Amino acid sequence: MSARREDFAEILRLVRPGARVLDVGCEDGELLELLTREKQVDGQGLEISPAGVAACLAKGLAVVQGDGDRDLDHFPTRAFDYAILSKTLQQMREPRHVLSELLRIADQAIVSVPNFGHWRMRVSLMARGRMPETRALPDPWWSTPNIHLCTLRDFTDLCRELDLRVDACAALSGGKSARPIQPDGLLENWRSETALFLLSRRPEARPEATPQNLFGEVELPKPDAPAPVRRRRTKA
Amino acid sequence: MDASTETVAGGETGGGTWKFPANKPLRLESGATLSPLEVAYKTYGRLNEAKTNAVLICHALTGDQHAGSVNPVTGRPGWWDSVIGPGLPLDPERYFIIATNVVGGCMGSTGPASTNPKTGQPYGLAFPVITIADMVRAQAMLIEALGIDTLFAVVGGSMGGMQVLQWAADYPQKLFSAVCVAAAPRHSAQNIAFHEVGRQAIMADPDWRGGAYESQGVRPEKGLAVARMAAHITYLSEPALQRKFGRELQRDGLSWGFDADFQVESYLRHQGTSFVDRFDANSYLYITRALDYFDLAAQHGGVLAQAFQTARAVRFCVLSFSSDWLYPTAESRDIVRALNAAGCRASFAEIETDKGHDAFFLDEPQLDATLRGFFASTAQARGL
Repeated sequence: MSARREDFAEILRLVRPGARVLDVGCEDGELLELLTREKQVDGQGLEISPAGVAACLAKGLAVVQGDGDRDLDHFPTRAFDYAILSKTLQQMREPRHVLSELLRIADQAIVSVPNFGHWRMRVSLMARGRMPETRALPDPWWSTPNIHLCTLRDFTDLCRELDLRVDACAALSGGKSARPIQPDGLLENWRSETALFLLSRRPEARPEATPQNLFGEVELPKPDAPAPVRRRRTKA
Repeated sequence: MDASTETVAGGETGGGTWKFPANKPLRLESGATLSPLEVAYKTYGRLNEAKTNAVLICHALTGDQHAGSVNPVTGRPGWWDSVIGPGLPLDPERYFIIATNVVGGCMGSTGPASTNPKTGQPYGLAFPVITIADMVRAQAMLIEALGIDTLFAVVGGSMGGMQVLQWAADYPQKLFSAVCVAAAPRHSAQNIAFHEVGRQAIMADPDWRGGAYESQGVRPEKGLAVARMAAHITYLSEPALQRKFGRELQRDGLSWGFDADFQVESYLRHQGTSFVDRFDANSYLYITRALDYFDLAAQHGGVLAQAFQTARAVRFCVLSFSSDWLYPTAESRDIVRALNAAGCRASFAEIETDKGHDAFFLDEPQLDATLRGFFASTAQARGL
């Protein structure tokens, strides 16, 4: 089994026990299995590769062989508490549609995206004049599956446009433990290698709730749903 | 209860023919009733005390109740001996496996070759038209007669998969899980077209005698063989046929006539002639008709998801084969989307194989692994 991915620990922390979870692009079901074991979730996977689907079935997970770009449309509205899309939004043909669909199907979406605004990317592009190849995005431009890259700022812009609320955000960098961040913070767009978002659809009547404290921790209590308990972590 | 059962030597294998009394007729979808009803079945393994380990196997068009043991008519191994047996995904050590012969069939359940109580002669075309839902209702009657309230699983491929879907729509409270392999939620125009070729071949045989061949001491063997030959092509993929036979000849050189020059011709002829030894032509007409009439969505206001609204507690596993052009993967996807839309817990995998529709009978490692994984985890959830 592959090494536990750095975002799994943070996702595991965010998900409420016993929740209904859809993992889009669940690969071999490692995360779903973890969530089932640790959080007793009612999980469902969506995976495109036959090998991944076979591995999930062998683990006893409910998995549908399908494509995140095409098959989300067929899930009913609010069928899940969480829809998880871990590090694959940038591989979708229509990320905007996928994001919107995730928050139709589920009450909350957990989405992690590599930040193209990270300083390594910027330095690499500035210094070498070539498409960056970093540990977060290691493929050369001609074979990368990452066809829709964005910066943190681009992503929060899209969330605003889709009327999505950021309930929590954490930066993940190279194996260090997750660092809660304010995603619109000026420095975060430089220093966050990957960002993991907990998103929900903003109710029409809700006033502007975008976090204002630029460098502090995101503190957004959710009045209508039990929010995952967030505690400040000691810096690693 | 007016029932006869026999236990075959060997302990774990049982079965027989369940004879329902006249006050328990089978009420058919057409509005007609069928009585007396007999259902032939085989069992493998033992029902546990809590009666939670029963698995119902539903067979395909020309299958029968001999799913996991030697077929007494052909002497050949059971048609699903790659799935049912010690150490296999459906192990009689763990499950009580029941396989029935569908109503309309010719292996012991009431069908067109059975005696019509009104005339004392074989039914022939006086047999009422039956549907997939009727087959399932007869199975449900047997399951109830056997004292089983809930099936751990109902499992089937091809027409058996359609019965599985019908079970989920009609008796969701009696199911813990459902496995539908290489099936479709409805018969397509192409499916109906191929069946019509087969039926016309049978009915064009002078020995068919308007369906009354049985009482006249003849059988429409040529017509039935042609029907089987046409259908058999649809069970194989083009690459599989090509790989198996190519343009290989039976003998050196061409005959410059219409003998079976090519190996593929000889193979098909053999498929046809061996089929007539074990199958009844009228049963073929009735069962193909039942398949053609199958349209699960149409039974539920045209919305397939409606069929599964009450099946949210059932764990589904839907499987298709990449080279199956009889019931292609797209049809299984329609089933899965409807299950998702209905909020059912569903797994779906397309198994990569070039063996076509018949892959579900064959030793496919990915099918084996998938079924093992699904049954193992579902059994755990059931406390087996």
